[in-house]
Amino acid sequence: MASAAGDGHGGSGLPDPMHQFEIKRLVPLEIFDIDASFTNASLFMVLVVVIVGLFLFLSVKSRSLVPGRMQSVAEIMYEFVANMIRDNVGTAGMKFFPFVFTLFMFVLGCNMIGMVPYSFTVTSHIIVTFALAAVVFIGVTIIGFVKHGIGFVKFFVPSGVPAPLLPLLVVIEIISYLTRPISLSVRLFANMMAGHTMLKVFGAFVVALGALGGWAPLLFMIPFTGLEFLVAFLQAYVFAILTCIYLNDALHMHH
Amino acid sequence: MPQLVLTDFAPQLIWLAITFIGLYLFMSRVAIPRIANVIEQRQDRISRDLDEAEKLKKETENALAAYEQSMAEARAKAHAIAQENRDKLHGEIDAERQAVEQKISEKMAEAENRIKASKESALSEINAIAGETAGSIVEALIGKQVDKSEIDKIVAQEAQGN
Repeated sequence: MASAAGDGHGGSGLPDPMHQFEIKRLVPLEIFDIDASFTNASLFMVLVVVIVGLFLFLSVKSRSLVPGRMQSVAEIMYEFVANMIRDNVGTAGMKFFPFVFTLFMFVLGCNMIGMVPYSFTVTSHIIVTFALAAVVFIGVTIIGFVKHGIGFVKFFVPSGVPAPLLPLLVVIEIISYLTRPISLSVRLFANMMAGHTMLKVFGAFVVALGALGGWAPLLFMIPFTGLEFLVAFLQAYVFAILTCIYLNDALHMHH
Repeated sequence: MPQLVLTDFAPQLIWLAITFIGLYLFMSRVAIPRIANVIEQRQDRISRDLDEAEKLKKETENALAAYEQSMAEARAKAHAIAQENRDKLHGEIDAERQAVEQKISEKMAEAENRIKASKESALSEINAIAGETAGSIVEALIGKQVDKSEIDKIVAQEAQGN
């Protein structure tokens, strides 16, 4: 969320709220002339994977019939994503459950760990969210063509439309299909970036106004932090459910 | 905006690929099967317990039905035995009573005969006494002996008339 104080002061004397999103190369690394440095973003990606993995591994360690608190949480998450796929895609979509569950847990983990002060929010970078959205988009398109062959192009031809309008509508359909990865990635990235920028700005106000007037932005920050946790969960949910909806389009081709 | 520094894209994409694929492999190989296994086991256990409960319930119902049937049988049997005993007792009592009644009626008939006999003998003696008394009275009145057979005839006539 917030970066180390002192760095990146803007001209106004307040800390730069965008400083927290800067990439720092912790271990410079180059493979085949490509920059593969281990950065602060890489560190938090690894952290998210380790935390999510350990949580899901250790919580069901006892394999109790009557689940404990941690096991309940793991099972609820599992059932949550499983039901999401069952409701939106049907049983045919359960093949893709591991991918959707991984995607949901990864995004949720990144968003939640990003809420820890001084941490880095992986999903506040457009390139990360766009890469995830592109994987979904390309994957779904391949599934559509594998499942329906060349007939998948009929997906772009709306039914019951007068012939003269058809070329226009096909173009619109194709554009709306192609913008899916953009809307999917920008939604997540913009939500994360905006929320964290706001928190940083108001946090800076608290410090700048001091003990005298600092309580006013602080009072605002308390509910806003709660809201950010909600957004962190909600955006992970939205990302996963839109993946399900796109998957459903590819598998069943309904509009 | 730090998000648009193009030179930062490559390391982010590479590490995203490494971590995401790693998480995917861990999820699909380890975490998901484990959680699915736990949930499945619970489901199995619940359905098994429900089956068991259903079976036990059926057994209880069967036992209850058997109990009721044997109860009804026992009741019917008890009823039959009671009826039999009652009938037997009735027969015995009837036989006894008949025997006693017969004995009583025999004794009564005997007594009646005896009474009749003694009455007859008394009556025949009365005639003789009456004749004698009448003879004595007539003799006292007229002072002479009257024929005994004459008096007996009159007494018999009078006793007949009365």
